[in-house]
Amino acid sequence: MNWSWMLPETVSTYGPAIDQMYYIILVITGVVFFLTEGLLIAFLVRYRHKEGRKAAYIHGSTKAEVIWTLTPFLIVMSIALASKSSWDLVKNPANFPADAMQVVVTAKQYEWNVTYAGADGRIGTADDFTSRNQLHVPVNKVVTVNLRSEDVIHSFFLPDFRLKQDAVPGKEISVWFEATRTGEFTLGCAELCGLGHYRMKGTVFVHTDADFQSWAASRAEEEQQ
Amino acid sequence: MSTAQLVSSLEGEDRSQPGYAGEGQHDISFIRKYIFSTDHKTIGKQFLFLSLFFLVVGGALAGLMRWQLGFPGQPLPGGGVLPDTMAPGGIILPEFYNSLVTMHGTIMVFFAIMPLLVGVFGNLLIPLQIGAPDMAFPKLNMMSFWLAVPAGAVMLASFFVEGGAAGAGWTSYAPLSTSGEWTGVYLGQQLWLASLIIMGFSSLTGAVNYITTVINMRAPGMTWFRIPLPTWSLFITAILILLAIPILTGGLIMLLFDQTIGTTFFIPAGSGEPLLWQHVFWFFGHPEVYILILPAMGIVSEVLACRARKPIFGYHAMVLAMIAIAFLGWIVWGHHMFQSGMNPMLGTTFMISTVVIAVPSAIKTFNWLGTLWRGDIHFDTPMLHALSFVSMFIIGGLSGIFMASAPVDMYFHDTYFIVAHIHYVLFGGSLFGIFAGITFWFPKMFGRMMGEGLGKIHFGLTFIFYNMVFFPMHNLGVQGMMRRIYDPNEYEFLRPLQEMNTFISISVFLLVTTQFLFAFNFFWSMFKGRRAPANPWNSNTLEWTVPSPPAHGNFAVMPTVYRGPYEYSSPEVDADFYPQDQPPPGVGSGGHTASGPEPVPGA
Amino acid sequence: MFDGIDLKKVLAATVVAFIATGCGGGGDAGSGGSGGGAAAVENPVDAATAGNISGSIAFEGDAPAMQAIDMAEEPVCADKHESTPMTEAVVVNDNGTLANVFVYVKEGLESLEFPTPDQPVTLDQNGCVYVPHVLGVMAGQDITIKNSDGLLHNINASPTENRGFNMSQPVAMEGTRSFPVAEVMVPLRCDVHGWMTAYIGVVDNPFYAVSGGDGSFDLSTLPPGDYVLEAWHERYGTQTQNVTVVTGETATVTFTFSASMAGAVVPLGDAIDPHDHGSEAARADQ
Repeated sequence: MNWSWMLPETVSTYGPAIDQMYYIILVITGVVFFLTEGLLIAFLVRYRHKEGRKAAYIHGSTKAEVIWTLTPFLIVMSIALASKSSWDLVKNPANFPADAMQVVVTAKQYEWNVTYAGADGRIGTADDFTSRNQLHVPVNKVVTVNLRSEDVIHSFFLPDFRLKQDAVPGKEISVWFEATRTGEFTLGCAELCGLGHYRMKGTVFVHTDADFQSWAASRAEEEQQ
Repeated sequence: MSTAQLVSSLEGEDRSQPGYAGEGQHDISFIRKYIFSTDHKTIGKQFLFLSLFFLVVGGALAGLMRWQLGFPGQPLPGGGVLPDTMAPGGIILPEFYNSLVTMHGTIMVFFAIMPLLVGVFGNLLIPLQIGAPDMAFPKLNMMSFWLAVPAGAVMLASFFVEGGAAGAGWTSYAPLSTSGEWTGVYLGQQLWLASLIIMGFSSLTGAVNYITTVINMRAPGMTWFRIPLPTWSLFITAILILLAIPILTGGLIMLLFDQTIGTTFFIPAGSGEPLLWQHVFWFFGHPEVYILILPAMGIVSEVLACRARKPIFGYHAMVLAMIAIAFLGWIVWGHHMFQSGMNPMLGTTFMISTVVIAVPSAIKTFNWLGTLWRGDIHFDTPMLHALSFVSMFIIGGLSGIFMASAPVDMYFHDTYFIVAHIHYVLFGGSLFGIFAGITFWFPKMFGRMMGEGLGKIHFGLTFIFYNMVFFPMHNLGVQGMMRRIYDPNEYEFLRPLQEMNTFISISVFLLVTTQFLFAFNFFWSMFKGRRAPANPWNSNTLEWTVPSPPAHGNFAVMPTVYRGPYEYSSPEVDADFYPQDQPPPGVGSGGHTASGPEPVPGA
Repeated sequence: MFDGIDLKKVLAATVVAFIATGCGGGGDAGSGGSGGGAAAVENPVDAATAGNISGSIAFEGDAPAMQAIDMAEEPVCADKHESTPMTEAVVVNDNGTLANVFVYVKEGLESLEFPTPDQPVTLDQNGCVYVPHVLGVMAGQDITIKNSDGLLHNINASPTENRGFNMSQPVAMEGTRSFPVAEVMVPLRCDVHGWMTAYIGVVDNPFYAVSGGDGSFDLSTLPPGDYVLEAWHERYGTQTQNVTVVTGETATVTFTFSASMAGAVVPLGDAIDPHDHGSEAARADQ
């Protein structure tokens, strides 16, 4: 059994920053955990009932209250502020890197249908082509995913890229990622979407640029037949 | 044995003696007294039986769910009795699994934890702790219980209708929940809504009662800052219920309309907005989280102070922290929606408000530790449960910080990490708080002590198995396992986790089995337990100044309150407790004395 | 305290629950209401006086190209097909006839009541396609739905006259459903595999057939009389013809569908087009 608290390898450009945030929180909460639980156990042993013991008649301490109000406040505020940059970078469209490859991912019960721009580089034209449950992207290239849903809410989850975004019917929501190495990675659905939710999965194929071009060409050709 | 004798022996009181507060009530009929009772203590006990029953149902549903996760695709032993629409040949179907997920969550939140905390302890404790003869509106109180019963019946009935029980999750996200087209569940989803609407009215009538009672019916001398913390927590909880439940009910009615009469509040095809449901649900849902934990915090504070024989550390800070939680609880709902498609700017706002709410939780934790510091700690069963509440709540609180950070939540949202988090708060927190409360006030409810040895064994095994179930879920989440998936083996990267899932499932079966010890102890003690004195724990609060169980009307003489509730080990008296109604030296008698003999029931 | 009282309360709750259950109807969607009364019905047709209908479905024009099915992410199914699997909306046979046309006696048998067959018909899911693609059953007749793939399929039926259902088969297994009311046609789909569609014709009489690999169909042992036959195709809509059946003879009928009929109104419970992904992109793509 894997009792590890280490995250699996990440393959997106912003993955390391998110992982770093996770490890910072892990260390902080880990220290607090051992400190408080240790203190609790120590008190239980030290102050267990014995004949003749009488508890101290203490109602509290304003100084202590101030300390343990301000310290957690400063710590958690720092965590929130430190998290802000990663959040804005990934989710705020105003900060998206320019010159991205666009794909449309349309979720439906229980499939991910991906639409790619054809030779004209634009989606919504006759030379578009598609793939089912497969997302093919080139490595080291920013990919903007425009998420749609036909029926209910699904959630586009790329665990290796540390990316998750719900696909909401009636909306188009954009997110982006940039893969740092080639390989095959998981695309999962993270929002309960019906009886086939557990099987609504796909594969992200990260190709070298040349491989991607040849895949796209052959796929486009297949589709035009 | 006649009914009257049975009742009398169960209540452990001798009704033949004169001068008893409840004497005038002898002639009311059996049904009025025990079925349609207006006595807050009886209603509290009715809620206790009802919600313990639903706790068993919710646990059984979890067991079924864990069978599938532990042994995916294998026929459930004895599962052949289930109809083909649920588990043909004992193989649990995905749609039934979704119903299990949904109904486990719904039943545990609305029919087990919430009524256990609010219905049971709200009814039992509020009038007794503030020195009132009953609730402000006894009939409304009765109505509160008798709305909960049909609500529960409707919820259970939904399993047996065509299409099965609701399967869109306890959060019932639209548009999945708006039409059977997406789930195959039509009537079941509507019964789910109807049941929760009825249950909402039950909670509301209860809340109105608690608030009015606490404001208007406190005994002389019971100032706001002499109110025991369980009552404080229940008072704040009642305000949250009063404000939050109408929002949920409104949302539920809108969803019901979407399903039945063709409105499109949440359906994009009709220009509706799916995210509106999430906003409405979580605007209710986050205060609800505090509804589910605040009373447990109150109970634990009481038990800790009493069994550590020490004043609660920072009483005012404890009250203010609860008030702060109650306020902040209204402005953090968006953290459930970080990945929902809500404007990312709001993500930052909610991230900041969310981390702030960690502060009052931290204050409470440190004050509990402060209470134990230099105490005289008695390890009775209630105390063991209260202590495990503190240690488990620390874990639940800390794991929440991961999800509070919106970018980290991108990975952890809707994974088993959040399942671990919610169970560390609601089981490790609320349920251990409930066990602490039941074992602590059992003598007051039933006039008999609960078996201590069996209680400790139950506690020990529950604590171990509980951690074996839920701690590894953190690790599953770290590995990326999504929640609410029927068979994780469909994902290649989750296949190595099967061993851990099987381990968790076996632990669940052990955890559920252990609860039979509690049930046995509970019922055995009710009939055969040692007779309880009025104040078995040497506690200070007013409920311990009257016989166990108290008569109808509670107090023979209206008590006068002289001090706060946690004057343990006071130098003013020899004993290590100082009841709230004991007059200070030099003041005329009228209350009970800590150093004197146990008050005899009916004396 | 009062254990006995609590039992009463629990009992009351249970009773309420069961009453509510009773009002809601039973658990299984279709299997109820099929057998019972039908078993008593005798076949009203006298074989000595009966006649037959034989016919074929002709097709004119160019057969449209079917789309290749992308089974790349479903290797179990892809391996079951020797060549690239294609959608089955229009299957034109080598002899120029049209397959998968459902033909049935629409009018002329109203006064007769026919027994429901005891034997179920089988609808298989094999290689992530429905076998057969078009199926006829009698109202109330059991349909055994089989999953030969061993991976999750769901069977989402959306009729208008009958109750719909959405059942799943996560492993290799069988389930039984039926439709008590005649309805042409009931669409079925699998949401896990968007290309998987099937149609079930539910008829009150036993005189129905689906045109096969040679485009022909046979309806045998009909009582003599005048009938209206209807032929239904999922892309080209419906056609009707009047037929007279004479004792001991076989009437011949030919329906002709043409490529130009594409886009005709196809009567269905619920119009479904699983390949319409609802987005402009997907539409532009076709």
